[in-house]
Amino acid sequence: MAKNIRLEVVTPEKAVVSEEVEIAVCPGELGEFGVLAGHTPFLSTLKIGSIRYTDAEGKERMVFVSGGFAEVLPDRVTVLAESAERRSQIDVDRAQSALERAQKRLDDDTKEKVDIARAKAALDRAMHRLRLVKNV
Amino acid sequence: MATLKEVQTKIVGVKKTKQITKAMNMVATSRLRGAQSKMESFRPYAAKFSEVLGSLAEKAGKESSPLLLAKEEVKKIHLVLCTSDRGLCGGFNSNLISVAEKFFKGKEGEDVEISVTNFGKKGRGWAKSNKLTIQDEYLGVVGSKFGFNTASVSGKKIIDAFLADKYDEVYIIYSEFLSMARQNAVMKQILPIPPIEKVEEEVDENAPYLPEHICEPSADELLGDMLPRNIYVQIYNALLETSTSEHAARMTAMDNATKACNDMIDSLTLAYNKARQAAITADLMDIVGGAEALKG
Repeated sequence: MAKNIRLEVVTPEKAVVSEEVEIAVCPGELGEFGVLAGHTPFLSTLKIGSIRYTDAEGKERMVFVSGGFAEVLPDRVTVLAESAERRSQIDVDRAQSALERAQKRLDDDTKEKVDIARAKAALDRAMHRLRLVKNV
Repeated sequence: MATLKEVQTKIVGVKKTKQITKAMNMVATSRLRGAQSKMESFRPYAAKFSEVLGSLAEKAGKESSPLLLAKEEVKKIHLVLCTSDRGLCGGFNSNLISVAEKFFKGKEGEDVEISVTNFGKKGRGWAKSNKLTIQDEYLGVVGSKFGFNTASVSGKKIIDAFLADKYDEVYIIYSEFLSMARQNAVMKQILPIPPIEKVEEEVDENAPYLPEHICEPSADELLGDMLPRNIYVQIYNALLETSTSEHAARMTAMDNATKACNDMIDSLTLAYNKARQAAITADLMDIVGGAEALKG
């Protein structure tokens, strides 16, 4: 049996995940990367997306992360994200309304550029959250 | 000598005050617990963050981010002042404000412009009375519910202004939570980011050799991404500490107030009893005197 690796997903408000996993797949800025036990030390920024991992019982699980970065050590993956939620914790209504709000802001082209970047990020977050929930 | 009625009214008044201070003490106690647990849950993040940041800062050059570079001339200083929204917490706010005041007085006569971002009403009052430009204010944050979001939104604005040369230096003033009885008002420079100290790690002789981290994107880019976050982390930390300190300060202040009320009630009750006794004695004297007179 393959050795497990410890996955920790931490946000400023709480620790979201802390468990032994077989594999963790993270949405790196330059592309997705998977981590197994014994990985070489590695640092990467993460984009908005989801972390997929297979827990000790062999069940596949997903966690939403809104960007951040990950530190990989041979026995541990630590993800520091500004916010992160397990699939079951995602607030669908909130994500839906955030999606609509962001969409509206993008359609309204009188806004400044800064707002467009923010609205795009919000849209991205909402879409990933919803995709995670629906794609069971 | 106060009359019986007057003393009694006073006792009732002090008792009512005591009820209020006691209630505020209890509210502060329960809020303090919440604030403390929030601080606890932030710790793992902060610890990991500074660890990674420290190891990255070693690798990346000083020129990797404009946030690290000091401006040649410091003309525009920005203060981030964290205070509470409400009073009745002893010297808490005045301690914080006196730090700001001292800094402000020190810069007097020099050709510097000082602007402020305020968290909390008390600091805003100070800034207004000194006619400082208030760039931004966040009320109802310190001491109540706020998330990391608040810190990153305000941090973003400050960073943008710094990069646009609107500020040359940025300082944050907040209250450090040392213990229940000790809160310390401190001031820290947040921009340009002072040299990052590497966290001293205990060298474990038996630890297996680890190659250096591979960075993706490059160490410089990673650092550039992390430095703004570092500002948010610092602001969030300051807000957490200030909130916890506020509740602790209020708890102590209200505890003292309750004690003072008790002392006052005791001494007033004593005065009341004395006055009552004196009245009874006087009455008795009258009766005895009257009886004697009748006999005679």
